[in-house]
Amino acid sequence: MADQKASTSIEAVESGLAAQGYIASRQIATAVYLSQQIEKPILVEGPAGVGKTELAKAIAAWRGMKMIRLQCYEGLDEAKALYEWKYAKQLLYTQILKDKLGEVLGGAQTLHAALDQLHDFGDVFFSKEFVEPRPLLQALEQPGGCVLLIDEIDKSDAEFESLLLEILSDFQVTIPELGTVSAITPPTVILTSNSERDLGDALKRRCLHLHIGFPEQRLEERIVESRVPGISQALRRQMVGFIHEIRSLDLKKLPSVSETIDWARVLVLLQASELDSEIVKDTLNVLLKYEADIEAATPQVTTFIAKAARSNVFG
Amino acid sequence: MRENLHRFFRAARGAGVHVSPAESIDAMRAVAQVGLSDRAILRDALLLTLAKSQDEKLALGDCFDLFFSQPEPRQDQPEADNDDTSPDADQSPPSGAPGDAGEGQPSQGLGPLAQMLLSQDRNAIAAAIASASGAASLSDIRYSTQRGIFSSRILDAMGLQRLRDDLDELTATNPALAERLRAALDGLREAVRDTVSQGLALYAREEAENLRNEILRNAPLARIERRQVAEMRALIRQIARRLRERYSKPRKRQRRGHLDVRRTLRRNAAWGGIPFLTAWKRKHRDRPKIVALCDVSGSVAQVSDFFLLLIHSLHEVVDDVRSFAFSSHLIEVSEILESKSPEEAMSEIMSKVGFGSSDYGSSLVDFEKEFMSTLTPRTTVIVLGDARSNNLDPRADILRRISERSKRLVWLNPEGRLAWGFGDSEMPRYATFCSVVRQCATAQQLERAVSDIVATYQ
Repeated sequence: MADQKASTSIEAVESGLAAQGYIASRQIATAVYLSQQIEKPILVEGPAGVGKTELAKAIAAWRGMKMIRLQCYEGLDEAKALYEWKYAKQLLYTQILKDKLGEVLGGAQTLHAALDQLHDFGDVFFSKEFVEPRPLLQALEQPGGCVLLIDEIDKSDAEFESLLLEILSDFQVTIPELGTVSAITPPTVILTSNSERDLGDALKRRCLHLHIGFPEQRLEERIVESRVPGISQALRRQMVGFIHEIRSLDLKKLPSVSETIDWARVLVLLQASELDSEIVKDTLNVLLKYEADIEAATPQVTTFIAKAARSNVFG
Repeated sequence: MRENLHRFFRAARGAGVHVSPAESIDAMRAVAQVGLSDRAILRDALLLTLAKSQDEKLALGDCFDLFFSQPEPRQDQPEADNDDTSPDADQSPPSGAPGDAGEGQPSQGLGPLAQMLLSQDRNAIAAAIASASGAASLSDIRYSTQRGIFSSRILDAMGLQRLRDDLDELTATNPALAERLRAALDGLREAVRDTVSQGLALYAREEAENLRNEILRNAPLARIERRQVAEMRALIRQIARRLRERYSKPRKRQRRGHLDVRRTLRRNAAWGGIPFLTAWKRKHRDRPKIVALCDVSGSVAQVSDFFLLLIHSLHEVVDDVRSFAFSSHLIEVSEILESKSPEEAMSEIMSKVGFGSSDYGSSLVDFEKEFMSTLTPRTTVIVLGDARSNNLDPRADILRRISERSKRLVWLNPEGRLAWGFGDSEMPRYATFCSVVRQCATAQQLERAVSDIVATYQ
């Protein structure tokens, strides 16, 4: 615990995350602070690419803890998420211990006595030794605590949500053969969702609900600044302004923060010093991922550049 | 502060945010952590713990701003205030003279409320209003008709009676001061009225909305007022959501059918045919395919509008919907409904086929000629209309063929059963070929009808 920085206030969270290259808005910092204080998981919703997964990584890096990630998909079940018995090992051990078993049971006169003796150490094969911990169980077993990232929970089946409820509210799981395993140190749990389907109320009730939208212009500039240090301030302003204009269009997929960062990198690589319609049109495919979107945006490029430049003068 | 938070939770419920006791405990704990000094942080903390979706966050944010826009009584002030409203009111005449001498001549011998008004101490007045509205339990207000009674309760709690006596006395002794006091009293009444209105906006929303929804659910769709259309659309969306939740999750257990003998034998060949492992047939379940024929002539148009809105918002439950609208002739409207907003879509449909006098016969002919092939044995055909064909040939034979080709034929009629068969209504002739005929005039009946249709596929 000693190496974990004690975060006493929301500002500390904000600057701590910033040190890891994650520029958090006030609301995000409050959520992280509260989740630590009242030990609740955070459910993060928002469009793709706004840094939901990054948030978990940044928290883990900042607090010097291990991050355990569980990627959800359709058909994910208990055996892959929680624990599984090591069947092969169990079989192998019974084979190796066959003689030993014979010895133990040798003394028994009747079948009944043999059964009794077998009962005495029958549980050997269903002990901790033979449990293969999957991410959820691993997270509970970390002595120093960890950040548990349950990614894209909306992709999993509705039944899987119910499986999570026990872990999320009490930080424990029940394995029928072993009993209840409680967390040594309650992990920090982050769930992310793209709102592909509505999550159950029971799950939502157990979490702090954080919605991360597209950031404000200033915030986005700071994000680009921290992620792509090589870009000049003027260009940074211009490109973020341009992206904000693009987001006002009615597109299939709006460019989000990750696209902004990619684009900034591309512009640095191309050694652009300022936006002009030529270079924007050439690199528009970094921002927009659908042909129809690119077609819709292309005629507007020049106006948007002009607008972005104008807002710079006042901004 | 706990008291205030509880009132805020009630206000939040009124704003449509579901705040369960567990969530309110979480919010309490969160507030205990972040403190009350920074309003922005307090707002964030409440939004994080109470609101569970983006819509709820917006609603709760508005509610927060409204709630804290009034000067909330702080813990120390109301107490101090209570002290001087009740005991002082009786004591002030005898003890007033020495204490009030410094304040000047006029306020001598007056009650505390009168003194407060004359000294124009705004903070004290605001705090007194707040504590009096607590005493009058303003948070119990439910209906706008209760505004008067709550205003007078608050004024009474503030010591209006005593003020009246003071006024009577002053008019005799000091008319100018009485005039000032009277003006101040009017101001006070206004402030109290504002407080009550705000309380109504905060606390009465839930009840009022429930009542309104209840009325709306049972109101005849065809005669709905223009200003209620938007509310009705919202209600229909709610219904759609409920139906989606109920029917979109496949229930696994129900799908197991009879024992599959062949597969069981094959699977157990290794054990000499002794059935260790059983194999079960699975019941095949179709997702509904719906073909909807909607009358959009005059009287039925509004009902058709809501019906189409409902059917087309059931994507998760219904596999395939094709909608057709008709009055004198029939066109397909599925695409218009999918691509446009409900309002635009309906006006476009109306401009294409609406406003004619309905001719069921020729519309059915149109359907048979062009779209008969869309019907499969899995399709449910829903006809929505009043079956009033203006004495033209009803062509019930086509309806028979439609019914033969499809799984079910459901007729929804916005008219009451009593009217069927009277005048130009062809309902009895059509009814013979329908699997179900039911009345469908209100949102509630609409919900039941659609729910039954979807349930037959489960």
